[in-house]
Amino acid sequence: MKTVFDRPAALTDVPLHYCPGCTHGIVHRLVAETIDELGILGSAVGIAPVGCSVFAYNYFECDMIEAAHGRAPAVATGVKRTHPDAVVFTYQGDGDLAAIGTAETVHAATRGENITVIFINNCIYGMTGGQMAPTTIPGQVTTTSPYGRKRNVQGSPIRVCEMLSTLDGVALAARVTVDCPKNILQAKKMIKKAFQNQIDKKGFSIVEVLSTCPTNWGLAPLDALQWLRDNMIPYYPLGVYKDGEAIRDEE
Amino acid sequence: MSDKVLMKGNEAIAEAAIAAGCVYFFGYPITPQTEVAEYMARRLPKVGGLCLQAESEVAAINMLMGASAAGTRAMTSSSSPGISLKSEGISYIAGCDLPCLIVNVQRGGPGLGGIQPSQQDYYQATRGVGHGDLRLIVLAPSSVQEMASLTAEAFDLADTYRMPAMLLADGALGQMMEPVDFSAFPKRDLPPKDWATNGTKGARKKNIVNSLFIEPDKLEQSILTRYERYKKVEAEEVRYEEVMTEDADIVLVAFGITARIAKSAIAEARKAGVKAGLLRPITLWPFPKKRLCELADTAKAFVSVEMSMGQMVDDVRLAVNGKRPVSFFGRTGGMIPSVEEVTAEILNVSASL
Amino acid sequence: MTTRFIFAGSGGQGIQFSGKQMAKTGMHVGLNVTFLPSYGPEMRGGTSNCTVVISDGEIGSPSVSSPDILVAMNLPSFDKFEPKVAPGGILFCDSTLVNKKSERDDIRAVYVPATGLASDNGLTGFANVILLGVILKVTGIFEFKDFEDYLLSNIPASKTALIEKNKAALELGYAYPVE
Repeated sequence: MKTVFDRPAALTDVPLHYCPGCTHGIVHRLVAETIDELGILGSAVGIAPVGCSVFAYNYFECDMIEAAHGRAPAVATGVKRTHPDAVVFTYQGDGDLAAIGTAETVHAATRGENITVIFINNCIYGMTGGQMAPTTIPGQVTTTSPYGRKRNVQGSPIRVCEMLSTLDGVALAARVTVDCPKNILQAKKMIKKAFQNQIDKKGFSIVEVLSTCPTNWGLAPLDALQWLRDNMIPYYPLGVYKDGEAIRDEE
Repeated sequence: MSDKVLMKGNEAIAEAAIAAGCVYFFGYPITPQTEVAEYMARRLPKVGGLCLQAESEVAAINMLMGASAAGTRAMTSSSSPGISLKSEGISYIAGCDLPCLIVNVQRGGPGLGGIQPSQQDYYQATRGVGHGDLRLIVLAPSSVQEMASLTAEAFDLADTYRMPAMLLADGALGQMMEPVDFSAFPKRDLPPKDWATNGTKGARKKNIVNSLFIEPDKLEQSILTRYERYKKVEAEEVRYEEVMTEDADIVLVAFGITARIAKSAIAEARKAGVKAGLLRPITLWPFPKKRLCELADTAKAFVSVEMSMGQMVDDVRLAVNGKRPVSFFGRTGGMIPSVEEVTAEILNVSASL
Repeated sequence: MTTRFIFAGSGGQGIQFSGKQMAKTGMHVGLNVTFLPSYGPEMRGGTSNCTVVISDGEIGSPSVSSPDILVAMNLPSFDKFEPKVAPGGILFCDSTLVNKKSERDDIRAVYVPATGLASDNGLTGFANVILLGVILKVTGIFEFKDFEDYLLSNIPASKTALIEKNKAALELGYAYPVE
């Protein structure tokens, strides 16, 4: 019998712990498919964050390191700089990448670290139970912004791709989502490009994936997808903010 | 003519590290250790390595973690306030059973403190660096020669026991120049780094470098396993130097630069008719508690001499365990005790016996 | 035998250089040496000092509260360290820049107008080396030839003018008629 659909070799045979309706599973699969298609399972080293995807080290079939909260880009730097032939990726959420790890993110990007960053933006701290994230949108209610995020109190959210796209070290900064098959295909395309860029030594590549958190948003999975379309995409427009090559000096 | 070179302590650390095969350095500038990074930045590109100035101490220690996780011999270096920032990463490195070298060229604290030499980070190095049940192997050089030899040794110890090692120096040792001989560092047979996350190459199962164990029984087991290794370190790696302790009534305990002052002071005290000796711990963890306990059978009193308000004195008391009086003498805030004041303290203690 | 030096003056006078030369020569003739510089903001102008210990035995403390030999090349250094010279010690003073005399009778004071001598002999910037010559003569701590060899061996052969000036300054100091 011909197999038409299977688990990618880059995913382990371990049930994911994610909540029903959460889009982490889709993004894991896209990353794993990419690793398979590029034939890099033996050279890939993944860095897991602190947050909902903390157990990512159990799900990918390549070597994995579990980093401290926010420090994945620095850990990735240490791996990549000492093993330039390894294909090094981080998988981080919004609190990890854009709050406690902002410095590590921005500086890895501006150094043009030749790594791939998969950034899950769901506007909330999921693992700790629904607190305000650096990407929580204005007016959004969370357990630590119970009256809605107010710009004059909690400040404005960070648009990571736009910010990083100004840096010379960045090769790719793209925002995608996985709310429908068409967008999933586009997300896959960008994730694959972000890995291919690393193989081609083009520099820092980040793919921001707008994701849902039905549990902490308090919405049914389908309603959560609609909330993403209605509220997140207007604030975080999908698109490719930078696509090129890090500016570097001659060796 | 000798084969020695006159070198700053900080530079001796860097050169010794390179000689020991460490060609990756991640750091951040802070007085009084910056020469380590400067030396590395000059030398490492010429030996196929890399000195990367991180955006912060926090990033530097995590870059080191990545390098170490990937199986590479690597190091970072800082001074007291910087080590506080690194302590998060050090805890993770310990929790992931990764070997590496962390250098602390101590300065006065707390807070921004000062930039003159101190030994105020003894507690931090021997029990308080980062959260959780963990230990570092802590080596305390007292000469520029030892800045070099203990640096080389620290890497091997770290690799042997899969744990971070710290070289605990101070601003005086970092800045002073003394002759150094780089020719003869003993080498150990080291275990293979078959746990490294540097790509499976399709030739083995995946490795995971991780400090997270969500089930408490598993976390406990991982800690117990680690402490078995710590026990081995305590049994096999204690190092110290003794000077004139055989007949000493008063035994000074001092490490690092302070031990040299103590050495001069015991000679002065003997001229004044007081039988003084010195035990200099070279490993602060594991601490030479067994030897101190033995000395308590012959010595009448112990004095811990430190550049702090008294931190190692706790370990001396624990080791002596009430058998003899243990007192403390020190200067802090960046002041170096003089030979004269340490001698006077010995005479005071002697008179009180 | 242990000799403890403090070299002190202003940034730019070659204080650290003098100390290092003393230590290097000691190392090369097989003695134990330590060199401890002042560091921090003092590196950026202002006062500069360093401590050198040379011994045929093991050196305990590299920091020195009462030096056997003090080299004072400006007034603040004289004021700070002159009272600390060990009894029986020697003070070397650049009398062009220090218009004070020691009132102590338990130390020997040697006054050399080193900065003046330097400028009179086309050796501006080499007052520290002139003083090193005087120290060698008065203390006999090293053979003149040994010291000169190590001093000059640290200068690239291409810099002939620098070699000549160091040599001239050292000889000038060594020949200076000390009272």
